[in-house]
Amino acid sequence: MQINGAQMVIEALIAEGVDTVFGYPGGAIMNVYDEIYKQKDFKHILTRHEQAAVHAAEGYAKVSGKVGVAMITSGPGFTNAVTGLADAYMDSIPLVVISGQVPMSLIGTDAFQEIDAVGISRSCTKHNYLVTKAQDLPRVLKEAFHIAATGRPGPVHVDIPKDVTAEIAEFDYSIVLDLETYKPHVKGNPRQIKKVMEAIANAKRPLFYLGGGIINANAAYEVRDLVQKTGIPAVETFMARGVLSCDDQLLIGMLGMHGSYASNMAMSETDLVIGLGVRFDDRVTGKLSEFAKNASVIHVDIDPASISKLVNADYPIVGDVKNVVNEMLELIAGIESQKYKVWRETVQNFAKLHPLTYHEDTERLKPQWVIQRVGELLGDSANISTDVGQHQMWTGQFYPFTRPRQFISSGGLGTMGFGFPAAIGVKAATPEKISINFTGDGSILMNVQELMTAVGNKLPVINIILNNNYLGMVRQWQTLFYDKRHSETDLSVQPDFVKLAEAFGGIGYRVKTKEEFDSALKDAVEKNVVAFIEVIVHRMENVMPMVPAGGSLFNMMLLEKKGEK
Amino acid sequence: MSDNNERRVVSVIVVNEASVLSRITDLFSGRGYNITSLSVAPIPESKYSRLTIVTSGSVRVIEQITKQLHKLIPVLRVYEHADLVEKEMAIVKFPASENIADISTLCAVYNGKIVNVGENVIIVMVSDEPKRVDNFLKIIKRYNPKEIVRSGAVALER
Repeated sequence: MQINGAQMVIEALIAEGVDTVFGYPGGAIMNVYDEIYKQKDFKHILTRHEQAAVHAAEGYAKVSGKVGVAMITSGPGFTNAVTGLADAYMDSIPLVVISGQVPMSLIGTDAFQEIDAVGISRSCTKHNYLVTKAQDLPRVLKEAFHIAATGRPGPVHVDIPKDVTAEIAEFDYSIVLDLETYKPHVKGNPRQIKKVMEAIANAKRPLFYLGGGIINANAAYEVRDLVQKTGIPAVETFMARGVLSCDDQLLIGMLGMHGSYASNMAMSETDLVIGLGVRFDDRVTGKLSEFAKNASVIHVDIDPASISKLVNADYPIVGDVKNVVNEMLELIAGIESQKYKVWRETVQNFAKLHPLTYHEDTERLKPQWVIQRVGELLGDSANISTDVGQHQMWTGQFYPFTRPRQFISSGGLGTMGFGFPAAIGVKAATPEKISINFTGDGSILMNVQELMTAVGNKLPVINIILNNNYLGMVRQWQTLFYDKRHSETDLSVQPDFVKLAEAFGGIGYRVKTKEEFDSALKDAVEKNVVAFIEVIVHRMENVMPMVPAGGSLFNMMLLEKKGEK
Repeated sequence: MSDNNERRVVSVIVVNEASVLSRITDLFSGRGYNITSLSVAPIPESKYSRLTIVTSGSVRVIEQITKQLHKLIPVLRVYEHADLVEKEMAIVKFPASENIADISTLCAVYNGKIVNVGENVIIVMVSDEPKRVDNFLKIIKRYNPKEIVRSGAVALER
């Protein structure tokens, strides 16, 4: 059929089964927005900032497993969206981000709202396109969705000049893609998998090291099966929270810079690391030369470039982790769970020696309590997003996650301002669940305008602001490593968060006690409206344990015993 | 990771499409790798081009470079060469007053010849292994070369 470029975009989105698009219109993308106005097949959610549109699409994609779609205009619309692209790239989130561009005849002339968008997005996307002819659009959009979702997922950016959206050409979306140069390797080498199973059978202290790739591959339940059947203890990265259920006896906890003592010690003592969908991030490994020093390393990943990038893999397997784990389950006969009994006890003793905990305070609420309490009250019925900072680490440590895709956070890029828009995307994708965003008094102000999006679209996100009047994580580093020089981290000057929420048509609570918190949360859930629950928490609380940057995993700063100072 | 910084030649086969070269050079600059020389030309009767990149790094760095290159969507194949035939070209301009017979003889030794003799200048070309081109350029200094142009290397596996 002969249609114009803008109509092609709409037809392609419908053909891809897109039900929600997050975006913000502007000059160069107006033709497409005109077609959005005319259609009824998908919903468009108008955010109040382009960065938020991309974060919302990320939240949507992470919680649903589908490709998230964001739409923006040229120039500042695009540059605002770059942080979102970079965030999705670092955390391997499948997105298609469509931007308008000035007409072809004006490209390169420093036209109004012109920027070399593909030049900028090249280094923070999996792939990108500048579409120069309407006839290319069906193929490009089909490729974009395919590339975003397959292999190691990631954001794909499609830049479309305004005249291309007006140009008429043939649209046929049934074309078969011929991507000779893009063929992700999804099936693990069977001989190597056999060797891996032998290595596991021969190991004395094996340890599962579970990463976010498991969630991307929808392999969490296969991994749960594998862990259960082998009886091998497991640690999760921050991105893997929810792969195992919090009540799984074999789950030691989260490892890394703010991992539990037991997890980091287990990683330091193991003789065989079984890495599944991980990338040995510096926040996980600490000092590389001391990381899992006595261990051989199995590394299963879809991305060959992740393997042996930082830690040499003795047993590299390139493949989709779901396929590989299924193959491993076939060969499980030779593994005796009983053999690892002593090792399991060793790990349990680590946990007894320094359990993950905190000290209650009589004067002010502790942020960790708030997170645990939300877990007790809402548990599985909530999806949990976070911003970036101390509250984020405490959420990783203390929220009782029970399922994959329950936890949405900016891990790789560490983007303050991610949480609220992401939680909006989460709510749009899974309206049946309560959408909680744990945030801080620093982070929330970085995309606070999204109150309007949430209120306007009736997406009742509950933001729990753990307010310590500090840029807490930076303050913690200053306290510990900069001799308490709290440079520019004191956030004592603040808006009235209750009034702020109310000004946008939401509801606000300020709570100081446990009782107040319980009733505020209950009220916000019952009223089912956009809410800010500002919790006044202890100002100087630190995230513990902590492996100082560049230090070895086993050299942790630990929570001071009560009474110790 | 800069231990054992060896010179390496990597060949990359890419789809002929807009901005494919910047994808490759961006990858090098973004990840802190160096390009010593680069040559690109379309492969006849195909939709592909071949890049020959001379770079340096440890075994691990080179392995990362090849893997990262392969991750780029328009990249079809990446070869890291061990045993190869490698050629480079240089074109040099001398003042016409220099000894043309000497220059001509030297060029012949380095697979080259005089390609142009004008009123004021002599232009010669040589094509040889990069190391030998280095040598040639060292030796001809005494003939006061006015301008030197050097190509990147091209290479084929033996």
